[in-house]
Amino acid sequence: MTFSPPLSPPLRARGGVGVNCKKNNNNNAKKKKKKKKNFCRRFATASSNASSSSSSSSSSSSSEIDGTTKSVIKKIAQKLQSGELTSLRVTEMYLKRMKDSSLNCYASVNEEDALERAAEMDRERMNPERGEKKRSLLHGIPIAVKDNICTKNTYTTAGSKILREYRPDFDADVVKHLNKEGVVVLGKTNMDEFGMGSTTESSAYAPTSNPWDESRVPGGSSGGSAAAVAAQLCAASLGSDTGGSIRQPAAFCGTVGLKPSYGRVSRHGLLAYASSFDCIGPITSSVEDAAILMDVLCGNTGDDNNSNLDAKYFDSSNNNSSSSGSSSFTDAIVSKENLVDVAAPLKGKTFAVIKETFTGLDEKVSASVMESIELVESLGAKVHEVSCPTFLFGLPAYYILALSEASSNLARYDGIRFGAQDYLNMDLVDSIKSSRFEGFGAEVKRRILMGTYTLSEGYSDAYYKRAQEVRRLIYAEMTQHLQTYDGFLTPATSSLAYMKNENQEPLAMFTGDLMTVNVNLSGLPALVIRSKDSADENNTLLPSGIQIIGKKYGEAELLGVGHIIEMFSAERKLYKDAFPEASLF
Amino acid sequence: MNNTTTSTTTSLSSLSSRFRRSAKKNNNNKNNKKEATGIFHQREETRQQQRRRRRRSATTNAAASGTKTEGEQLHLSALEQSELIDDTEDFPIDANTKFEPTIGIETHVQLQTKTKAFCGCQYSYGANANTQICPICMGHPGTYPKLSEEVVEKGVQIGVALNCKIREVSKFDRKQYFYPDLPKGYQISQFDEPLCEHGNIKVVIPVEEGGGEATIGITRAHLEEDAGKLNHVGGSGNVSTATHSLADYNRAGVALLEIVTEPDFKNGKEVSAYGQELRRIVRYLKASDGNLNEGSMRCDVNVSVKPVGRKRFGTKVEVKNMNSFNAMARAIDYEIERQEKLYKEGRGDEIVQETRTWDDQNQRTVTMRKKEGLADYRYFPEPDLNPLVCSQAYVANVRKEMPELPNEIRDRYKALGLPNGDVQVLVEDENLVRFYDEILSANSSRSSEEKEVNISKQAANWLTNDLLAFVKNEKLATPYDLKLNPEEIAEFCFLIENGEISGKIGKDILPELLLDGGSPRKLVEEKGLMQISDPKEIEKIVQKVLDMNPNQLEQYRSGKTKLKGFFVGACLRESGGRANPTLTDEILMRKLEE
Repeated sequence: MTFSPPLSPPLRARGGVGVNCKKNNNNNAKKKKKKKKNFCRRFATASSNASSSSSSSSSSSSSEIDGTTKSVIKKIAQKLQSGELTSLRVTEMYLKRMKDSSLNCYASVNEEDALERAAEMDRERMNPERGEKKRSLLHGIPIAVKDNICTKNTYTTAGSKILREYRPDFDADVVKHLNKEGVVVLGKTNMDEFGMGSTTESSAYAPTSNPWDESRVPGGSSGGSAAAVAAQLCAASLGSDTGGSIRQPAAFCGTVGLKPSYGRVSRHGLLAYASSFDCIGPITSSVEDAAILMDVLCGNTGDDNNSNLDAKYFDSSNNNSSSSGSSSFTDAIVSKENLVDVAAPLKGKTFAVIKETFTGLDEKVSASVMESIELVESLGAKVHEVSCPTFLFGLPAYYILALSEASSNLARYDGIRFGAQDYLNMDLVDSIKSSRFEGFGAEVKRRILMGTYTLSEGYSDAYYKRAQEVRRLIYAEMTQHLQTYDGFLTPATSSLAYMKNENQEPLAMFTGDLMTVNVNLSGLPALVIRSKDSADENNTLLPSGIQIIGKKYGEAELLGVGHIIEMFSAERKLYKDAFPEASLF
Repeated sequence: MNNTTTSTTTSLSSLSSRFRRSAKKNNNNKNNKKEATGIFHQREETRQQQRRRRRRSATTNAAASGTKTEGEQLHLSALEQSELIDDTEDFPIDANTKFEPTIGIETHVQLQTKTKAFCGCQYSYGANANTQICPICMGHPGTYPKLSEEVVEKGVQIGVALNCKIREVSKFDRKQYFYPDLPKGYQISQFDEPLCEHGNIKVVIPVEEGGGEATIGITRAHLEEDAGKLNHVGGSGNVSTATHSLADYNRAGVALLEIVTEPDFKNGKEVSAYGQELRRIVRYLKASDGNLNEGSMRCDVNVSVKPVGRKRFGTKVEVKNMNSFNAMARAIDYEIERQEKLYKEGRGDEIVQETRTWDDQNQRTVTMRKKEGLADYRYFPEPDLNPLVCSQAYVANVRKEMPELPNEIRDRYKALGLPNGDVQVLVEDENLVRFYDEILSANSSRSSEEKEVNISKQAANWLTNDLLAFVKNEKLATPYDLKLNPEEIAEFCFLIENGEISGKIGKDILPELLLDGGSPRKLVEEKGLMQISDPKEIEKIVQKVLDMNPNQLEQYRSGKTKLKGFFVGACLRESGGRANPTLTDEILMRKLEE
């Protein structure tokens, strides 16, 4: 059904919902009902890492994997465990697929390193002495990392020409965490230059294509990461999200994308775009994979103190005390047979739909999101419509603040100390000018200019300071609603994936971030999962996504809800060139 | 870290002017005419900023200008008017015009901490270039600052010592400009919410300037990071003639406290006295080594002069690169004189807003670079750092842990009755203070056993004169390197103060004690130098002298009383200097008058 705003609350009163609901219920009823109490208890304590139930397949044990899981990581881990596959073999398969792929998902791949690392992980697994040791689910799993996340001694260009020679001296905290678990980093994924863009077309190297339709963009800026997951060119990937850069490409590519709460995951090693917004998060093919990665990404190395910065932007008095560090996200993932109430697994939950998000929304996206909302209701949750008058102020406020910070964060790229040092042999001012003029792409230069302008003497009061006020208002409004509701349900994007070269007008491109920037402004976590695909005018099926915005540090709850929605959603179309070894995956 | 050890071959010639020129141009005539010094200059900037903002608002942002109240508008026009009034005519300047200077100082104090301000690097002066760096202080992509707690502690200590109010919440800001010594393209500093504000410092004015104390207001003191160092190569080694420049980033990110004073100084000597007292304070606190030569304490002085009575300030000139307090005093006095002279000669327009450097060889200030308009640093809150919260309890705790400060010690010594000169000499060196206090405490523990004798003045006198001279001559680092320890010096002073030996004998035996060490009492006893205080003994000596000099005695008794001195001398000589002078005098007089 098509949806036309304004919504009349409550949504579930609308006709047509019942059909789906019934259907699902019938399906659900056939499933075994096990461990009801267990579910309740675990769900309630999901974010506090209470003694985790032995029945769940937690991150440290790969021995119990149920057959219905959508988790690619678990499936591979199981094969590795059973000896059916080796890490080397899996890595080789991904590398081969990469070579055959025309999508250009990767900015750089270091085959030798990846293969060597995979072999090393295999040896570790085979080593009888170490065999007793509980191994991580991620051990030997090939993962892709966005090219703005530092990997020691390997190219980290952030999609920019100015960093084409840059190889960091250190691993980002998240990469350190992953390496500790035994992950094989396959390569660095393509992105919009410094994360500035929503199409991956502003990459200084070459654009990435959308796996579902190569004439379309994968979204951005984490377009390479999302496309690589969708096209099965890695088991999972890391992206970064400043104004929607994880969630929008996840929606365009039909993957899962989680933007964690600001400050949840260490930024150390993430090339800064806008410091008070930047977040690292997982892009995966299932909610459970996102949970598995989150368990690792949140680990604390102790050499980062940025993760408590959130207190600066957001009043943290409403937060759970169980906020940081130790919570287990995989504990929030409950398989169907472990659900307490299979007929209404979301019973007791209340979600808000933001009226303003449906203004000017693409009809197909709207229909897709509505289907998901109806599914949520059918699973026992209440969905109400709310109005957030500040919602539409988010876009200008976001762009002023993000670009102001960006203009400052990118000042260090002067071509003197690192990266491409092409213009050292000239007068200082000319040297810096040339490095920046030649090194930055058009979009980055535009944003630096805008950010410089909004911070200039005489202008910063009218722009920067006002935008900060707006940010506070948006935060206040969203958190107020979250005292009543468990989360917001919104479309992840205003439209389906853009055609390549479609949006040449910068402002038009900015408006594409309407659905996502408020989440960054308010520092909240948000999960995007694939909703119903829509056919375009050429009858190509294109995915879109629904965004669930949660409470501050409520990632575990978000993942739990997302996993339930995912389990009860209709099967989505597989990628056209899905693994020939599909039986393995 | 191969790629961080960088020598930039970029030519920096004409850097300053070219670079500064890229800053926003504005109508400079007015600025040049009326620049104030120090903090006043800042206020001036702020007003100009406001004005500029409002002008822009009026033309470019109707919404923003709409928020201005009528009152503000009126205030604004009054302000602008006052600035447009040229009151030169009210103050005709001729050769007899009296001028007064306005002087303010900004001092950068390098904090002595285990690490740099925002990373784990250590810093020591003089290390090989680019050996004390890491990705964080090099501003590598993906790195973020982590504030060192020790930096805050030292900053608060100095703030407390300067009687500042410590902000419960202060914040960090980014000050943005491009320069090769600034790795991130911005400096982390504190703009409008500094750690310390509204303090003051008591400064001892040198006697030749009238003596006494002056109170200098401290406007603010804020934390920031240092930049790297450029070494200009080729030409005459300065930025304008060098062929290229080498960048050493060891210093980049080192913690600084920038201390800004009110324009409360009258002359160069006062500035120098302030600088010295500030250095004493930071050294007592062990917050900095305060070394001017190594740049761990750097003073930028703003100087302007105006006719006495005129409200408007003269054009501000910044003077830098003075590597001693002496040079600082001379540089400022030179600059005051230079400016006055130019005004008096009707060449006031030759005084421009610029940075001048002290040329020690020729004893004059010379132009280093001219400022062309005000740079727009685009300050904004540093998004990578939380606001800095220093609770009252924390500040109280820091205060409690602080050592005694120079001013407190001065008051304590004055209460002991020490002469001002001795107090100044003692307080100059923290080791001297400690040594002196140990002498006093050694004496008081002796006093509890024996007779109570106050040796405070005696000890201060000996320490600041003979002992300190010996320390200097022998090039010892501290008085602790003497062969006499505080107990032995206390004993020495006790012997004198208690009348067991005369000061003269003290002076005689001191060189031996200093060379060989050991107990002064033992030496005195061995040499039989104890003072003779038995009147009968002295009478014998006096009698002997009188007997030996009958002629002189005759002359004395017939009225030539000037000969008394001769007899006193003869008696002391006869006793080997051991006779108690007072008693001798008394007995001699009696005998002479007999």
